[in-house]
Amino acid sequence: MSLEAPHEDPLARTDDRESLESILGDHAIGWEEHVNAQGVVIRPDEVQSSLRALRDEGGFDHLSSVTAQEYADRYESIYHLSKYDDRTQEVSVVVPTAKEEPVSQSADAVYRTADWHEREAYDLVGIEYEDHPDLRRILLPETWQGHPLGLDYDQDKPQLVSLSEHANPIAEHHHDEEGETMFLNIGPHHPATHGVLHLKTVLDGETVVDVDPDIGYLHRCEEQMCQQGTYRHQIMPYPDRWDYVSAGLLNEWSYARAIEDMADIEVPEYAQVVRTMGAELCRIAAHLISIGAFALDVVGDFTVTFQYAWQDREDVLNILEDLTGQRMMFNYFRLGGVVWDLPEPREDFFESIRTFLDSFEGSVDEYHDLLTNNEIFQRRCIGTGHLDAETAKSYGCTGPVARGSGIDYDLRRDDPYGYYEELDWDVAVQDEGDNYARMLVRMQELEESAKIVDQCVDILEDWDEDDREIQSNVPRTLKPDADAEVYRAVEGAKGELGIYIRSDGSDKPARFKIRSPCFSNLQVLGEAANGEYVADLIATLGSIDVILGEVDR
Amino acid sequence: MSSHDTYDTTGPRDVASKTQQARMGDVDDRFNSRLRELFGSTPFILTKFDAFLNWARSASMFVLQFGIACCSIEMMGTYMPGHDLDRFGTGVPRASPRQADLLIVPGTIVSKFGPRMKRLYDQMPEPKFVVGMGSCTISGGPFQEGYNVVKGAEEIIPVDIHVPGCPPRPEALIYGIRKLQDRVQHGESAPVTVKPYELEEFGDLDRDEVVRELANDIDEETLVMRYNWGDSP
Ligand code: SF4
Repeated sequence: MSLEAPHEDPLARTDDRESLESILGDHAIGWEEHVNAQGVVIRPDEVQSSLRALRDEGGFDHLSSVTAQEYADRYESIYHLSKYDDRTQEVSVVVPTAKEEPVSQSADAVYRTADWHEREAYDLVGIEYEDHPDLRRILLPETWQGHPLGLDYDQDKPQLVSLSEHANPIAEHHHDEEGETMFLNIGPHHPATHGVLHLKTVLDGETVVDVDPDIGYLHRCEEQMCQQGTYRHQIMPYPDRWDYVSAGLLNEWSYARAIEDMADIEVPEYAQVVRTMGAELCRIAAHLISIGAFALDVVGDFTVTFQYAWQDREDVLNILEDLTGQRMMFNYFRLGGVVWDLPEPREDFFESIRTFLDSFEGSVDEYHDLLTNNEIFQRRCIGTGHLDAETAKSYGCTGPVARGSGIDYDLRRDDPYGYYEELDWDVAVQDEGDNYARMLVRMQELEESAKIVDQCVDILEDWDEDDREIQSNVPRTLKPDADAEVYRAVEGAKGELGIYIRSDGSDKPARFKIRSPCFSNLQVLGEAANGEYVADLIATLGSIDVILGEVDR
Repeated sequence: MSSHDTYDTTGPRDVASKTQQARMGDVDDRFNSRLRELFGSTPFILTKFDAFLNWARSASMFVLQFGIACCSIEMMGTYMPGHDLDRFGTGVPRASPRQADLLIVPGTIVSKFGPRMKRLYDQMPEPKFVVGMGSCTISGGPFQEGYNVVKGAEEIIPVDIHVPGCPPRPEALIYGIRKLQDRVQHGESAPVTVKPYELEEFGDLDRDEVVRELANDIDEETLVMRYNWGDSP
């Protein structure tokens, strides 16, 4: 290991081969070229020391994702690292393990977020992680047999799933020595969990002692589905169904971006503007539901804010339906562009967006009146569900959850794509790290997104009629180079939505891994909620804003 | 009372209130209505008790507040002002299955959720009805080939109405619920379905290979659901 002092300047580049060599020294036993980053191979029993060096000396403080996969001759875990301060610096740490004994050291001691990511890798692919605090299945039921993304998995084999009797809350329950605690199940069928999430909660009186999210009630095999589809047309419909609360186009962009980078596909500028506009409309719709549902959670406001928010969303959906032809599952992006141009007559379409934007300004003010300026709301939110920046980083939080804790991180600006660079908008950041801050961030993002849409409409209106290229030329059957690997992310509604693809030279991906922002964000729930009232747990869950379709994939 | 003046006191209504007075004594004018007028002198209608019950049942269905996946977002959209499902008497989601008689299944059912859904269905009091919303509840939809996805809600519970779509538009869901209300009103019952997946006690299962592998981990009395993926459609 190098004896150099840690890099003082967080922005200094450490992602090239020389710097990595000097940081890792003998740990590095091989090198790989990934499309997005330098890949470095390390030994399975040196994971912790290598990652610690990269974090402390190299400044790689963000573990985006862990991809696990099985090759014919080995297993492999890939740790996708980058920096909160400079997202363009990335490195992929590749950890191969033997076929007979797929055991590798856990990264949990370095990045807390590795906990769930490694559990998922164990569950679906079958790699075991030494020193892992709690290596259980996470998405599939405990009683499952086999690892479905492994190469020799037999899908027709019968499986048993148990419905264990729920723990009896009246029976004695001792979480630790002293306390007289009580066990409480919240979910998986409960209005406050925003879907099929199960929280195993331990209470001492009304205070939360421990909360363990139990997920997997909506694990729909999205990765398997994408691995069975051809790049060109069969994968794009699935992203719409990850974060299904209207964030469709944002999700589609993550796949589009990854594959476009991998296969070197150009996207015409005109299409980029259309994409940007559509994506930001989706962000508005997604945040509206988040805010409305949060109002329902914390001030029981079913009649006003919730319904106003749905009504506003309905207006956005009407615009998106005009654009894409569908209300929710748009399937509008294509590799190298979008499927069709704006609807004719264009003036009417622009007019409808303008009308919406004009009224939307008033709506946002109204939400502020109803919520953020409302004393009851403030009492429920200010100072509850506190999450500090260090913890958030260690858990890999992104999106409004990170920005509510003062982490100035937004992929639209930090790793620019689409047309964002040309537009005038700001990243919303709040330092307080409580429920209120996270809600404020979403409120501001509503306004920022509206600003972006407005500018896009201006640009599209003036676009030269003969120059409206919506798609570049893409081969009918797309076959990226064999063994090309890429990890690319975009700023989804909930944070960094990343896709890892490995190609084997055929027209279908050999491995397709989804890095879901909600998955990492949900993991932090315990940190934010422990020691607070159980009612605040519900508020915290609401402000972290998880969509189970994306958590479970 | 001054409000008397605004009523038209001639015609059948007059007769009605006389009869009414004879039978019920002096009641407030507020209890009079157009309906009463139409019935004329008799405040009784003659119908079969079952027909009446079915009519009442169909006009006021209590839905279980139940969200699974993407379709539940569209289902909530259907409750909301734009489409307002309550116009048809079905707009009050109940959080407890014991208060609900209609289950809308809005989304993909995966192995881990199957037993929970079965349990919720069992907890609803009879008579109960099920609307399957979306392709996922018909066949598994876009995820039909998934290793973890149940190939349709009917593998677990009987379904009265299937609403196709991915997701079905709110109008489609409303149409499906109206269809169900029609059927309920006419006393048509749910089709009998084959239900391959049941909740059983672990100890009652045949001791085949899968069961033997798990014998150490699962208690005899624990309820389990056995998925025979190979036999799924
Ligand atoms: S039918 Fe389509 S929209 Fe409905 S739950 Fe299934 S995938 Fe989602």
